[in-house]
Amino acid sequence: MKILVPIKRVPDYDTRIRVKPDGSGIVTEGVKFSMNPFDAIAVEEAIRIKERLPGAEITALSIGTEESVETLRVALAMGADRAIRVAIDADMDSLAIAKVLAAVYHREKPHMVLMGKQAIDDDSNQAGQMLAGLLGVPQATFVSKIEMGQDGATALCSRETDAGIEKVQVRMPAVITTDLRLNEPRYVSLPGIMKAKKKPVEELTPSALSVDCVSRTRVLSMEAPARRKAGLRVKSLDELIDRLKTEAKVL
Amino acid sequence: MRKTLVLIEHTQGQLRQTSLHALGAASELAAVEGGTTEALVMGHGVGAVVDALRSLGCARIWAVDHPQLADLTADRCADVIAQTVKATEPSFVLAAASTFSKDLLPRAAALLDAGMISDVVGLKKEGDETVFKRVQFAGNVISTVQLSGALKFLTIRPSAFPMANRNATQSEVQDFPWQPAANVTWTQVVSREERVEGRPDATEARIVVSGGRAFKNSEDFERVVGGLADALGAAVGSSRALVDAGITPNSLQIGQTGKVVAPELYIALGISGAIQHMAGMKDSKVIVAVNKDPDAPVFEAADYGLVADVYETIPEWTRRIKGS
Ligand SMILES: Cc1cc2nc3c(=O)[nH]c(=O)nc-3n(C[C@H](O)[C@H](O)[C@H](O)COP(=O)(O)OP(=O)(O)OC[C@H]3O[C@@H](n4cnc5c(N)ncnc54)[C@H](O)[C@@H]3O)c2cc1C
Ligand SMILES: Nc1ncnc2c1ncn2[C@@H]1O[C@H](COP(=O)(O)O)[C@@H](O)[C@H]1O
Repeated sequence: MKILVPIKRVPDYDTRIRVKPDGSGIVTEGVKFSMNPFDAIAVEEAIRIKERLPGAEITALSIGTEESVETLRVALAMGADRAIRVAIDADMDSLAIAKVLAAVYHREKPHMVLMGKQAIDDDSNQAGQMLAGLLGVPQATFVSKIEMGQDGATALCSRETDAGIEKVQVRMPAVITTDLRLNEPRYVSLPGIMKAKKKPVEELTPSALSVDCVSRTRVLSMEAPARRKAGLRVKSLDELIDRLKTEAKVL
Repeated sequence: MRKTLVLIEHTQGQLRQTSLHALGAASELAAVEGGTTEALVMGHGVGAVVDALRSLGCARIWAVDHPQLADLTADRCADVIAQTVKATEPSFVLAAASTFSKDLLPRAAALLDAGMISDVVGLKKEGDETVFKRVQFAGNVISTVQLSGALKFLTIRPSAFPMANRNATQSEVQDFPWQPAANVTWTQVVSREERVEGRPDATEARIVVSGGRAFKNSEDFERVVGGLADALGAAVGSSRALVDAGITPNSLQIGQTGKVVAPELYIALGISGAIQHMAGMKDSKVIVAVNKDPDAPVFEAADYGLVADVYETIPEWTRRIKGS
């Protein structure tokens, strides 16, 4: 069983994001970058599947700059077996990413693609669904539980929807995208980091994969949203109710 | 002529109010781009939804009523959308952002090799082109984005666009003959939780009462948060912390990765105000925060802040409403 796990390097969820004064992007100096949290959950889930189905092979895949190799090393230290970086310097939209992922998929022929539901920088929530569409394979998105069938040919996935939990049965190969409650990713251990150094990281290019990776979307400018002003501290419940009625007129 | 195809969402035979905002966004798009709006309704037994749509200003309503669409899985729906788009050639496909549309629209876009922008909160003409404003980085950035190609996919934030107006003209309804491909094994839905009736959905309510980690168990949450919500006729919401702890169901989560709401009044009870939570509620008209920590970040965005223990204050509030 081969599992392909696409991961993206993004500004850490815990850093403060500031827009550059000229609106050309966000300030990156001094910003810590990490693996997209949803992708870390995907790596963790792949490792847990492998723990139950020995012989499984986990390939982490990142599309991006040289620095995305650091993020791949984290996946290797967690327990992925090998890594692929597709070298790209420009920002790409989810459709272009999905096309590159599809090209790697055809080369690797995995049984399952496990990936994040959303990258927390662009917050697009598209690439997994697009990949499944391009490949014509089933998808289960926003998944908070995966129960693999006996033979690994199917998976029963619990999806987090606006209404609650929906369980779907998907046949492999399929694309599964992770939600936050699927698992708690492990921390990398020192032995893990040592082992990761010896694991292979293959470098590919879009032209070697003969894939068109032109983005349809282009960010023209960025701005910070209007900040809400801190309002009033009320002293009591009475004052709160009174102000909501007479001042804000919402009650 | 330019056309926008709006994907209509419904639950349990009812048109979702968020789709009215999608139709409202389509009218804004028509105001800058010219052209008309058509609606697409998919499902099995969609008559009531189609009826509810008739006087909302669509030039045409496409109804795709098929037994195989009893379960609206992404693979089926994307196939329907691809066939409808090929037959009717719209320039835009648009839907309200929800887990339903997020699941299937990107898949349909990929089938048609179209680009897509998620979470649009505004649009305007710049030169000859329409550009879109969207939210990213957990609400920390509003970007202006250009989308190229003859066909464009969009999801919109319902809170950012008005609902479509009812008018006198009746839309033309036309059945679309979906031809499901032979020998496909569609994804099988094994079970589904439906939203329990009784309380409004947080994305559609005028008031949302939301609870955070201050609440130690579901009974307390239900009594204190649910109690106030019911007294106010409000929806309930919660932070991720409570969903993770199994105290509230995932359908209540508000935030970057949960629901995005913008009610007239948002009442945050025992919620610290993490950026990921604020991303889902900071466009509310009036925000009230009750927290026992005077330094909680949530106060920085609250119109009215009360430093108090939610276990003491909130039941008292509920009692007063009931007493009056
Ligand atoms: C990728 C990612 C995505 C995320 N997405 C979301 C999301 O969509 N939505 C979301 O909510 N979070 C999200 N989070 C989590 C978020 O970062 C916070 O951890 C979470 O919102 C905290 O929830 P909380 O405010 O309830 O808990 P806490 O931060 O623990 O705050 C509890 C608050 O309750 C107060 N309190 C305690 N007892 C009382 C009392 N008796 N009376 C009054 N006040 C009291 C405390 O002073 C404190 O301020 C995400 C995190 C990540 C990494
Ligand atoms: N540059 C990238 N390299 C590898 N995987 C990516 C990349 N961008 C996005 N992904 C994957 O696609 C998911 C959804 O991304 P998005 O559509 O941008 O929200 C992420 O959680 C990743 O798993």
